Amino acid sequence: MWHVLDSDQEMLRDMTARYLADNAALPQLRKLRHDPAGFAPGYWTAGAELGWTSLLVPEEHGGGSVSGRGAVDCALIAYEFGKAAAPGPLVDCNVVAAALADAGQGTAAAAEVLSGLLSGQAIAAVALGWAPWLRPDQAGVTVRRDGADYVLDGTVRPVESAGQAQWLLVTAHGAEGPSQALVPTGAPGLAITPLKGLDVTRRFSAVRFDGVRVPAAALLGEPGGARAQLARQIANAAVILAAESTGAMDAAFAMTVDWAFQRYTFGRALASYQALKHRFADMKSWLEASHAVADAAAEAVADRTPAAAEYASAAKSYIGDRGPELAQECVQLHGGIGVTYEHDLHFFLRRVTLDRLLYGTPADHRRLIAAIQIEQEQAA
Amino acid sequence: MSDDLEPVEDFRRRARAWIQANLGPVQPWDLDQNCENDAEELKAVARDRALQRKLHDAGFAGLCFPKEYGGQGLTPAHHRAFCEELAGHEFPSRFAVPTFSPCASIILECGTAEQKARHLPAILRGDEVWSQLLSEPGGGSDVAGATTSAVRDPATGDWIINGSKVWTSRAWWADWGLILARTNWNVPKHQGLTVFMVPLQQPSIEIRRIERLNGESEACEEFFTDVRVPDSDRMSEIDGGWTVGQRWMYHERVGHNSPWVLRPVGLKQNESKEPTLVAVARRAGRLDDPAARELIGEGQALKIVTHELQRRLASAAASGAGNTDLSSIDRLFRGLAGVRQATIALELAGGQAAAWSEEEEADTGSQGMRYLMRQVTCIGGGTTEIARNVIAERVLGMPREPSGDKGVPFRDVPRGPSRKT
Repeated sequence: MWHVLDSDQEMLRDMTARYLADNAALPQLRKLRHDPAGFAPGYWTAGAELGWTSLLVPEEHGGGSVSGRGAVDCALIAYEFGKAAAPGPLVDCNVVAAALADAGQGTAAAAEVLSGLLSGQAIAAVALGWAPWLRPDQAGVTVRRDGADYVLDGTVRPVESAGQAQWLLVTAHGAEGPSQALVPTGAPGLAITPLKGLDVTRRFSAVRFDGVRVPAAALLGEPGGARAQLARQIANAAVILAAESTGAMDAAFAMTVDWAFQRYTFGRALASYQALKHRFADMKSWLEASHAVADAAAEAVADRTPAAAEYASAAKSYIGDRGPELAQECVQLHGGIGVTYEHDLHFFLRRVTLDRLLYGTPADHRRLIAAIQIEQEQAA
Repeated sequence: MSDDLEPVEDFRRRARAWIQANLGPVQPWDLDQNCENDAEELKAVARDRALQRKLHDAGFAGLCFPKEYGGQGLTPAHHRAFCEELAGHEFPSRFAVPTFSPCASIILECGTAEQKARHLPAILRGDEVWSQLLSEPGGGSDVAGATTSAVRDPATGDWIINGSKVWTSRAWWADWGLILARTNWNVPKHQGLTVFMVPLQQPSIEIRRIERLNGESEACEEFFTDVRVPDSDRMSEIDGGWTVGQRWMYHERVGHNSPWVLRPVGLKQNESKEPTLVAVARRAGRLDDPAARELIGEGQALKIVTHELQRRLASAAASGAGNTDLSSIDRLFRGLAGVRQATIALELAGGQAAAWSEEEEADTGSQGMRYLMRQVTCIGGGTTEIARNVIAERVLGMPREPSGDKGVPFRDVPRGPSRKT
């Protein structure tokens, strides 16, 4: 995270850090292990009051950032989420809120959804039935026109908090290209099946669309024309996930450095062995590099620079690769206790691993970067 | 910082206008300092001297150097702006490292008033190119273990230097060298060193070129036989050279990222003559291969991360959030990133990396040869192992490695079969 913040940003960050310390400390999270939602409704609405869901939404749509750079402020919150391994659908709610604001709200229903997301009363989930790293024929969800309506078929998994959400932003591929629609989770033909998952508090489901019929007014953007808005959503998600993972890496690393000083073997602290010192040095370099690229991606996305998508994918792929690698090194350096439930380390190993897998793997994002590079070379 | 400095953005506009009007496009010999042959290299050296002079005459040389030594007295932010505007243009690349950093940086920090007045304006004018005489054949990363000796001539007060130094880049055409020599063998190693300045092109210094496995021979080895240096060219206290040495190490780690070094920056600036990974994949006919695309994306992501890490560490230093030891993080990361980039390029090139034509080499280089030289990025300028020690011990505060030379008079330190008596 940034070395220098303005006082409003510091306040934003500190209020979330304090709130999480009071309401989502690791002993409390352990108790949520079998909770179907993984968080209490009151926890999320209180967080929304701290700005958790409004930073990517411009003021004219009811949101507002503290620095004028929403993605940067949102990254500050996400970083604290990572450091605390905090519960809650931070990524999807922000992605959907920003998408609705970007689309100019459109229908009254969309305005109501946005207002619900901003207050924390509503939860929205993102169902990537197609993504830019897939070929059209690899789409999990297809869309076809039927009269004035659109019909969705297929399955997406995993979808976060689908069981708690009132709304789904679904991406599907059809003859005209990728389309997006805002669908209520109670729509006929829609089935949500909870899955087991990696994280202690974050819940995932499989969402099945069986001839789900949506009116044209439910589409976000043009039919078949969702490619650009989808790229923007993925960049927002990548920024949040990169910052969150960096926070989790920081927590795991700090814990492991402390351990290296406390743990003695053969009459010496672990921290005195050169073989281990060198591994700590490598991890420190990954950690600093993760901070650097997570921050740079947040800035690029906030400022909508021409390199924003490339930076977001660079952060997602680099941190998606190094985050879990760092956490696994931390496990190794802890030894057997590193894989016990009683130890805290697993919260962060889970979080960085989960973040690696959501919204495109490192390999997926590397192919996106390559496509940008190839396009630029051909244009030059 | 003074209030009447030109605002950075005004300076940037002025710099941009001058650069665009006066500097041509970046040249192949800027990106890779190894020229086709020595005659070409000497031409490039002459061009660099002229370019440095041109910057000087226009008032753009030594942006962060004090005005009294011919510099411009500006801030690192001005320097950064100039470097950004320089992207894509020719520049006096052979002055960057080691002339400006570490040599000129150390002269500025540690030189006497006379030494600064004599050498800094000359460097800024393009009249002096410097080398650093640091590593020794028996030394490697342990530079404080230098055994090149300097003995005082009681008759004249001059110093007589004997010994040898190695891995000195481009010493064969450099004007001056900064040398770390041992002046006292009866104290522990850090306490018996002294730093001198020596003119390199003289009969008592024999300079040999070292040919590397890829055929280039920019690095040199120097043999000093009774080289006489006046006491006025001594740059440290007698036996107090390690104070200078520590700053030297710091400036060497910082290398091209120093605010004293002029060079184009920014991602658009291709920092080497290496072809892009897209070009390598295209030559191999693999642009549509998903595995190749993953490698291209990985390489580009790594390039972005490397660039942003350097920016972050610079901002940490500027904001006071970090100390000079953080530069070892950049050093380690750049070393390992360079290794990975070379491996990615080899992988992308596939079987074609094993043998190639002249035209192919001119077009996209040799990814096979680049791979053979891969570890250079982890060795030159202090190995990545040393950087790891610095990070663990000075950034993370872990215990220091035991050493066989701590507190021991240097004369008694085990130095292997080549031990001097």
